[in-house]
Amino acid sequence: MRSSVERGAWVENRPSRGFRGPGLQELWRYRELGGFLALRDLKVRYKQAVFGAAWAVFQPLAGALVFTLVFRRLAKVPSDGIPYPLFAFVGLSVWSYHASSVTRATQSLVGNAPLVTKVYFPRLLVPLAAVLPGLVDLALSLLTLGVLLVIYETAPTGAVLTLPIWVLALVVTSFSVGLWLSALNVQYRDVNHAIMLFVQLWLFVSPVAYPSSMVQGGWRLLYALNPMAGVIDGFRWALIRGPRPGPAVLVSMAVTLLLLVSGVLYFQRTERRFADVI
Amino acid sequence: MAGNAIEVEHLSKRYRLGESTPGRTLREAIAGSVRGVGRRQPREELWSLRDVSFQVPEGQSFGVVGRNGAGKSTLLKILARITQPTAGRARTRGRLAPLLEVGTGFHPELTGRENVYLNGAILGMSRRDTARRFEEIVAFAGVERFVDTPVKRYSSGMYLRLAFSVAAHLEPDILVVDEVLAVGDAEFQAKCLGRMATVGQEGRTVVFVSHNLEAITRLCTRAVWLDQGATKAIGPAGEVVDTYLGTLGRETGELVEDRGGPVALRSVRVVDAGARPVEVMRRDQPFTVEVRFRVRVAVPGLDVAVHLYNVRGVEVLSEAWGDTVLDRPNEPAEYVARLQIPPLLNVGEYTVGVWIGTRYDTFVQETALRRFRLEGDVKGRPRRIMSLGLPWDVRRVGAIKQQLATVIQEPPARGRRR
Repeated sequence: MRSSVERGAWVENRPSRGFRGPGLQELWRYRELGGFLALRDLKVRYKQAVFGAAWAVFQPLAGALVFTLVFRRLAKVPSDGIPYPLFAFVGLSVWSYHASSVTRATQSLVGNAPLVTKVYFPRLLVPLAAVLPGLVDLALSLLTLGVLLVIYETAPTGAVLTLPIWVLALVVTSFSVGLWLSALNVQYRDVNHAIMLFVQLWLFVSPVAYPSSMVQGGWRLLYALNPMAGVIDGFRWALIRGPRPGPAVLVSMAVTLLLLVSGVLYFQRTERRFADVI
Repeated sequence: MAGNAIEVEHLSKRYRLGESTPGRTLREAIAGSVRGVGRRQPREELWSLRDVSFQVPEGQSFGVVGRNGAGKSTLLKILARITQPTAGRARTRGRLAPLLEVGTGFHPELTGRENVYLNGAILGMSRRDTARRFEEIVAFAGVERFVDTPVKRYSSGMYLRLAFSVAAHLEPDILVVDEVLAVGDAEFQAKCLGRMATVGQEGRTVVFVSHNLEAITRLCTRAVWLDQGATKAIGPAGEVVDTYLGTLGRETGELVEDRGGPVALRSVRVVDAGARPVEVMRRDQPFTVEVRFRVRVAVPGLDVAVHLYNVRGVEVLSEAWGDTVLDRPNEPAEYVARLQIPPLLNVGEYTVGVWIGTRYDTFVQETALRRFRLEGDVKGRPRRIMSLGLPWDVRRVGAIKQQLATVIQEPPARGRRR
């Protein structure tokens, strides 16, 4: 039998007050569980789907086609000199990652209620794991984009090296919003009803179908408060010779950071009651 | 023995009733805060635990008994850090595995293999630990052939066995178990109990909540009895269980609320051969179901029926007074109906249901009034409903050629009768 010294320190459970740190050490210790949760979502999504991952490619392609017909042919929306289908495809790929990740994260805690009420683990893992599976779809659409680039004879510039920054900014944005909404959803199920509307409205104020350069003058700064504006502009710059993002992107990133910090704080404050309220 | 593995000090947990209702809507919250500006509305509160303290030394098994809603599960949830106490503190030392249900996080679409790894991670096992014990886990559950089949195609028995097997192969320092034995058939329950005993012998600390008092006495050194969140008794498991049982005996007399009507149920008791109200009996002894009822208005054709259900929900027995007695009294009075049941049911847990009515009316219909357990030798056949020990008549009816007989005398393959 092992001696008590090896058994390590006491773990204490008592009423906590105020804010704690995000507990990064503990998150790291539970990283495998996070991986398993993400993997489970991914597997479940493609089980019994004949076309499996092909859907990840097909969806933004079909979307880009519809957008091209509606916004280009009918509405004559400009696209910063980029072939419109490419322009829409990048916007939609990024957007569909964001929309699906935010939706999934919002429902993640409530959806995993049996886990939350039966086992201890850092609850932060749940919304975090919810924004990971979408990366697979995003990667697949970026591969498809490679094919489209050949078709449209467009070569990316050196800006492609900044791609990791935009991917990170995208994930952090989706995660931060998901963090807020998942915790709110535990307490107020209204969030679950509002999420579809919320995501839809957000789509219209993001440069998915139209370029952010259409927004002029004083509106520009206000527009940049939408963190997705900076992210999508960044992706277009890195991948399809979009215009180089101006200082507005810094505003977007600052908003993301603010969302992240406040989201973590709100989550930490409410998580102690998740098991009681969920 | 070095010190304690668990220390609980003045632990209290309050639930605000308004809060525990899942999914309060935003409108209610806003309305609540607006109203709250003027005066703070006192909300209804429920103390699930009140000032509970105890210690469990390393390597000891500790039982928790009490009626439903006594705070047992809340206590385990606080020990497992799933929820926070309102006051006081709970400290645990070492790796703790909560087993509040089997198969937490199991996903029906995933295969047995995928679920084992996922469930292992949920219960705190590393991928390496799980991989090391994978063969053992699957073998213990007896689902080797189906590891790559989605568990939604499993029978409920296979599902439970696999889920329990993962938990059984954890190697925590502290194991916290909540009523796992309440699910599954007798065979499964026996397996769980056996495993629990092994875990205790391995020197691990176990906290064990169960309605199976016999198991608590057998497996635990000490126990606590909780009643409405407060400690009623704490000490050696046998003594605590006896004290608890003493009150149960009294309570089993008065439990049914009088709902009015022409005929009302007063009480239902299960009593053993010595006329003592019991929850656990030997299966080879007769027992009696006692139904006390009050007739307010004479009801022609009044009849009473008793039903027994096993854990799988099968109605194994249903006897009505009118089956055998045609001329039944029905004038206003208090009645006690006694139905003696001979030793014919198999080992297992049963619930008692009662129906009172006439051909045209139902006055009382209760399906789960009382629970009791029959114990004894399963004889390797936990699934059978009846265990009668009927006499056999086997005799020799003719001769056969010697040569053939030697062939038949080869030992036949042993199969289990079901």
